[in-house]
Formats: sequence, C-alpha cells, structure tokens
Amino acid sequence: MKRFSISALFCTLTLATLALAGCKKDEVVAAPPTVSLEFEQTVGADLLVLDTKTYTTLAGDQFRISIFRQYISNIVFTKTDGSTYAVPDSYYLLDAAKPDSRHLTLTGVPAGDYKGITFTIGVDSVHNVSGVQKGALDPNNNMFWTWNSGYIFTKLEGYSAQSTTSALTFHIGGFKAPNNTIRTVSPAFPSGMTLLVRADHSPEIHLNVDLLKLFSGPSTIRFATLSDVQSPGSNAVKVANNYAAGMYSVEHIHAN
Amino acid sequence: MRRTLVASLACGLAGLLLAGCGLGDVVEPDAPVPGTTLPANFPAPVYAPDANPPTAAAFGLGRSLFYDVRLSRDGSVSCGSCHQQFVAFANADHRLSHGVANRLGTRNAPALQNLRWKSEFFWDGGPKNLETLPLAPLTNPLEMDETLPRVLARLNADADYPRRFAAVYGAGPIDSYQFLRALAQYTAALTSANSRYDKVVRGEAGAVLTAGEGRGRVLVAQKCASCHATDLFTDETYRNNGLSATFEADSGRAHITRRTTDVGRFKVPSLRNVALTAPYMHDGRFATLAQVLAHYDHGVVASPTLDPALRPAGIPLTATEEADIIAFLHTLTDDSFIHDVRLAAQP
Repeated sequence: MKRFSISALFCTLTLATLALAGCKKDEVVAAPPTVSLEFEQTVGADLLVLDTKTYTTLAGDQFRISIFRQYISNIVFTKTDGSTYAVPDSYYLLDAAKPDSRHLTLTGVPAGDYKGITFTIGVDSVHNVSGVQKGALDPNNNMFWTWNSGYIFTKLEGYSAQSTTSALTFHIGGFKAPNNTIRTVSPAFPSGMTLLVRADHSPEIHLNVDLLKLFSGPSTIRFATLSDVQSPGSNAVKVANNYAAGMYSVEHIHAN
Repeated sequence: MRRTLVASLACGLAGLLLAGCGLGDVVEPDAPVPGTTLPANFPAPVYAPDANPPTAAAFGLGRSLFYDVRLSRDGSVSCGSCHQQFVAFANADHRLSHGVANRLGTRNAPALQNLRWKSEFFWDGGPKNLETLPLAPLTNPLEMDETLPRVLARLNADADYPRRFAAVYGAGPIDSYQFLRALAQYTAALTSANSRYDKVVRGEAGAVLTAGEGRGRVLVAQKCASCHATDLFTDETYRNNGLSATFEADSGRAHITRRTTDVGRFKVPSLRNVALTAPYMHDGRFATLAQVLAHYDHGVVASPTLDPALRPAGIPLTATEEADIIAFLHTLTDDSFIHDVRLAAQP
C-alpha cells in the first residue's frame, strides 16, 4: 500500500515534470504530421542516369543528359471537401545530381483527408522580380538569368548526335506575356486514393517526372531544328507547354 | 530567494533580447547614410528605404564593393570604373562601356542616380530589381566577366570582408544575399536632388533661375515632358526617338520582349545631371547637348515604332529655344551629388 503511494507520487511528479516541459517546448504529445513528396525522375520507362545513358525521344532522336534541374513551387493541397491548404514559402529546386533535393518533407499540413495536389513548375512572377532571395531561390544556384532577369525554371543540358552543335541546351524560363512559361499542374491521385494526414500519420506521395515529356506532347521537338533555348521566347513556351501536359504524374501514395 | 532568482532570470532574458536586437539595426544609427531622406519633390520610391534599411556599416560595405576591382575576372575593373562620380556615375569620354581586357561593350554606360525610383533597369529594362541588377555587369563577358561563386569565394578569403559582413549580417560565410543586399545599400543611396532647379522648386532661400533658364524650363515642360516627366525627368518608359530606320545594331526593348512593336525603343533617360553625362543616347553617338537638340529638331528618322510624340517630324526648335533649353538643363546639375565624399572610394 505504501509502495503504491510512493509510485503514485512518483508518477504524479513525472507527469508534472512532463507538463512543465510541455510549457517550454511546443511538442508535447505526438510529433506533428508531415507529408513527404518523392520525385522520381525518369526518361520514359528508364530511370534517369546522368552523363552515361543514352535515351531516345518518341520522335527517334538519341540523347544523353548531363544536367537536369527544375523548380517546383507554391504547393497546394485540396481536401475532399474542396478546401485548400497552401504550403507557405514552398520553393524547391529538384536537381537530378542531388538525390536529397528530390525528397521533400512538408510540415504543417493540417490533419484531414486530401484528394489532390497542385504546384507550379517554375517560380511565380512576384518572386522573379523580388530582389535577392535565399534558399532554393539563391541566384548562386545558377538558375537565374541576369541580362533579362528572372529564374530559369527548367534546365536540361546534354548531347545529341542530331543537334547541329552536338550539344543540347534547354534553359526554359520567362514570366511575361506572350512568353510566359509558368505552368501549374495538378497530377491526379490514383483513382479512389485519398491522402490521409493525421497526427502520427505521415503519408508519402510518389511522383514520376518523365523527361521525355519535354520533347513530345503539343509540340514535337526535333534536335536537328531545336537544340538551344537560352532565353524567354516562343521556343521556351513550346517546351513548357509540353512538360505541363503530363510530365508529372502521381505513381502511388504510401498511407503511412 | 525565489523572487531574486526570477528577477535575475528576467534580467538575463532581457539582456539576451537586447543583445539579439543589437545585431542588425543598432550599428551607428545616427551616422548619416546618403539618400536616406527622400526628396520632397520626388514621387514615392519603388525600392523604399524600409526594404533594406540603411545603416552606416552596410552602406560602407556596399561602397567598398562598388569600388572593388576584385569583382571582375582579372581584377581590372570595378563598378566605379564605368560609373564615375564626377559625371554623375556615368562613364566620361566613353561612347561604349569598357570591360575586362579592354573589351568593348555594346551600349553607353548610363548615369547611376535615383535608382530607388526605378522598377526596371538598363536601356532595355532587362534587370528588374536593384538588388539583382549587379549580377548582369558582373557576369557579362564584355564587362566584368566573373561568376557569383568566384566573387563570393574571393570575398570570403579576404582579410577584411568576412569581419565587416559578420558585423552587419551575423557570423557565417558571406553569401549572395549579403553581398547583393550590401551593394544595394550603396546604389540605393545615389540620390541626386540638390540641383539649383530642385532648390528653386522647393523654394529654398537664394535659389533662382535666370531669365533664359526660366524660359528653358517652360520649353522643357512644353516640348520634352511627355517623356522626361516629373522631377525625376523621366517617365521610365521605352521610346523610339528616331535614331534609326531599322535598329539592326540594337533592337533595344525588343531584345527583352521579342515584340516587333518594341524594336528601337529604349528607356527614357533622366535629364538630371545631363550636362555632365555626355556622350548621349544608348550608343553614345552624340557628344554634345547641341547635337541632341539638333537631332530632335531635324534628325529624327521615321520607322514603324517611332514615338508618336516625334511624329511627323521631330520637335522643331529655334536657335534661341535651343540655347534656353540648354541653359535650363545646366540647372539640373547637382554639385553636392558629384562631390559628396561619402559616395567616393575610401582610402
């Protein structure tokens, strides 16, 4: 009996200590939920391998890729009731050469049932003119045009025998009409699939990023006639229209 | 006992808070940073002072960077090489800008003044923010031909810069954010608003215009102010002022927008300090103000994008009118700006 009282007292003290600790730190009970985004870059059915692997476009041009970087930003989740949650300050540079850059962990997504995700491929116009910025938008990331300032949204460099110079240089950007290349996409979740965000329940969305879609879609790009895009313009718009039409797809969702 | 503990804790916390606040804002708060006071006769600035609150330490850092030749690939040119204070930060005696290894640029280096009031820069409006603007001359092969990573590496390896940056921005390596924000402290400070004209407009004691200057002021308001508007003497638009029929050498604004309607259009420059900033036009083709006025009087070349204000045949001017206009333009010279030692390279 006495023993019990002591352990009860100990228990009370422990709880009190925990409660006090809770006042000082924000997290008390459970870790807040996170949502992870995993971007898998492929070229058609093949995984993207830089430099060494040769791929073929749907139109039959052969090519290799040495650099592939792409901004995604302004991530928005849509609940099953139609309401939305915009992830604040969501600017990310997905770099084929940096596996970590293709795994995003988002904190602060409110608990709920979600039916969709929307994001921008590129950087919104405000952030193209907002002065020097940090993080993914640091101009030191070599994704910023200086003479006609604004971000390069998608950068692909490589080689193709079909290119007249043998080089491929696709720097896609531009945020002003008529050559605006900002594109917003909403790759559909697998049919019937809902993203459940709960305390202690951190789902993961796997997205496929198919680089072949840069060169096919509304416009077929043949490297013999177009292999060098380094400024905003109609050629950049062609490529952006292509990749907005199906480059990103949701492959599957891990419930937890 | 308990009360003492709480009190001393509170004291300690307050001390920490104060120390935390001290880092960014309390560096010599009263030291005069040029351009901090906005001129009463100017419109609201685009790059407001609170966007990058001026401090003496950050301004001094920006000034050091502006005059530092180590921003160029071969250490031969600084920002100040092509933007010289004694001619309102334009380039004296050079039709076109000169870069590393004596490479010749393609346009006349413009005066740097009142940059706070601009939302687009250069003759074609390519750069769109005062903070990111320096990246263009820094990386242009005909100008400084350098890269941002190399400049940052050089600054971080310097004996002095890391300490000075840390004093302003806190410990850590100098990054692009700090570098460009510091440089913007200096370029934003380049305010020219103390010409004799300004003093007259603001009703300051003893400031008057002569009869000829007064007539010139009226003529400029009548014949030039559709482009050289407000007390900034530019409306910041892009105009084709009839220098060419085809603009094959330089399409101007169309270089940025790719629109045929923008071929031959260039940013309207300010008339401030214009008596100092020869040669004139984007290609520096005119050596004197008289040649400029002669162009508007009888040299304008027709083309599809020629500005409506210059149709059908430029701006007819008599010899007396030209003399009066030139007399007025000289009243826009701001001696205190070009002699402000705070803007000069420091020993």
